[in-house]
Amino acid sequence: MMSDHYQQGKHVLYAENVIKVYGAKIVLADIDLAVSRGEFVTMVGPSGCGKSTLLRLILGQEQQSSGTLIIDGEAIEHPDERRGVVYQKYSLFPHLTVFDNVRLGPQFTRNPWRRFVERKIVRDEAMKFIDKVGLTEHASKFPAQLSGGQQQRVAIAQALIMRPAVLLMDEPYGALDPFTREELQEFLLQLWEETKMTIFFVTHDLEEALYLGSRLIGISQFYFEGKDMKARARGARVVVDLDLGRGRKTPATKATREFGESVRFVRHECFTPGISMRVIDLPLRHPDSFITLDAEQRGEK
Amino acid sequence: MKRIREFFSIHYSPSTAVKIVLALLPFLISAGVYYKFASERHAINPDDKLLPLPGQMLDEIKRYAFQRENEELFKGSEEPVSKEDLGDILFLKDTLASLKRLVIGTSISAISALLVGLLMGMFPWFRSFGRPFVTFLSIVPPLSILPIIFIVFGVEEMAKIMLIIIGTSFLMSRDINLVIEAIPREQIVKALTLGANSFQIIWKIIIPQIMPRFLEMTRIYLSPAWLFLIAAEAIASQDGLAYRIFLARRYMNMAQIIPIVLWITFIGFIMNYLLKVFIRWRYPWYMAEGK
Repeated sequence: MMSDHYQQGKHVLYAENVIKVYGAKIVLADIDLAVSRGEFVTMVGPSGCGKSTLLRLILGQEQQSSGTLIIDGEAIEHPDERRGVVYQKYSLFPHLTVFDNVRLGPQFTRNPWRRFVERKIVRDEAMKFIDKVGLTEHASKFPAQLSGGQQQRVAIAQALIMRPAVLLMDEPYGALDPFTREELQEFLLQLWEETKMTIFFVTHDLEEALYLGSRLIGISQFYFEGKDMKARARGARVVVDLDLGRGRKTPATKATREFGESVRFVRHECFTPGISMRVIDLPLRHPDSFITLDAEQRGEK
Repeated sequence: MKRIREFFSIHYSPSTAVKIVLALLPFLISAGVYYKFASERHAINPDDKLLPLPGQMLDEIKRYAFQRENEELFKGSEEPVSKEDLGDILFLKDTLASLKRLVIGTSISAISALLVGLLMGMFPWFRSFGRPFVTFLSIVPPLSILPIIFIVFGVEEMAKIMLIIIGTSFLMSRDINLVIEAIPREQIVKALTLGANSFQIIWKIIIPQIMPRFLEMTRIYLSPAWLFLIAAEAIASQDGLAYRIFLARRYMNMAQIIPIVLWITFIGFIMNYLLKVFIRWRYPWYMAEGK
């Protein structure tokens, strides 16, 4: 049964009691998450905690074992154009040029007749997005002829042209050198301000997460449930949820004392095995955050 | 001394000229050795057939490739001779017959393998349904069922083409299936998020991406296709290059066998080369990926 936290117009992505089990192994114990439209959510967590699993569930590539998962007002079944995705690798089709990669979505979603009649519209639209990511003169190149940073720009354009309800990004900058990475961080922030789109950005880099996001979510298997105060193997849940604000940031932000403290705080709450919180005390401070617990989980029984 | 040591070390990088000389060397050495033994034998017996001299081979080539089958029978005849009586130029007839079998067999094999490989690679139900059986069929040694093929398909063209198909298509299906399964899952999810349906994924994403690998595979499978063609022609045929070789063997006519073998090798080389050039021209992205 769904609780009454869900607000259809407001929440573009909504998960309640989402559990994912592989055989005997619980990967996601109980994910509760409501994301408002236009939010830039960054998700962090220790490696192997289930970040990628949660992303695959949101994509519809895999199905949750139980629980509710809603995108844009409808339950998730299979991957479709309501979500765009940018991976660290393999986002682009190697046999297509930059231009063909970007116009692929508009072509797929038109029938052959409309594809023919509206070919000029599609072409202009594709060039507009290629222009937006600053690769106009590379439009006729193949992905293998581009640098890693340029490839990710194309991948972003390719996803954005579909105007997805949520743009999912799975460690998109993980393979880039630090300079290109910073450049693309600024680029993404600019794009987010311009388009007001909803982004769900998975990373293992805490600083990146705190810098980019308007909201930071940490998931982790380090917490206590019920009366049991012994650490034991269990699935991940949301353990940190912070409101980072939507204000304009500059690279200088990263050097401030406040920023450093935030990094330490999240590392302490989310990444440190020895320090585990009771589920009722978790720092879920974002206004949209909620947690569904039964009496046993609260430790009242 | 130092340069000699350098030459034989793993650090040596030969210039183009040296590369060409080194590549020609084994050819020249084997030709030289052959010529030495052939002329020694001919010194003892001028009619030796085992190691024919170039002159004998040229005579055979002239007879086989530039004369009609019965031209010698009618030599000196006063009467005008019709084209039918003269017969065909056997070299052309054999080459065309063999190439026809090879091209038809390999094409049918490659296209059916592409279909089966695609179905197995894309649809889980077909993978469970087809893969064990295709694997079983691919392990059956094709030449061991040659008698069955002759019994079922007769000894005409059909049997020869079927042997090529049976010999190559099951292995090719498995290879194509592997190529498709090697395409990252992300690519398919990505296409779905761009609004693609199953047909568009197969037609726009999978097939274009595996095409160069598919052609390369076809190129490689030409070698076993030749093997099966030669086996079929050797056993039951009225024409074809391998038929001619096995006919010449009866008369110990090495002077004909050696040129035909060299010709078959040349055809193989040209086919190989043309497919390579085609892949490079048609799929620049494949080369750009450095594969």
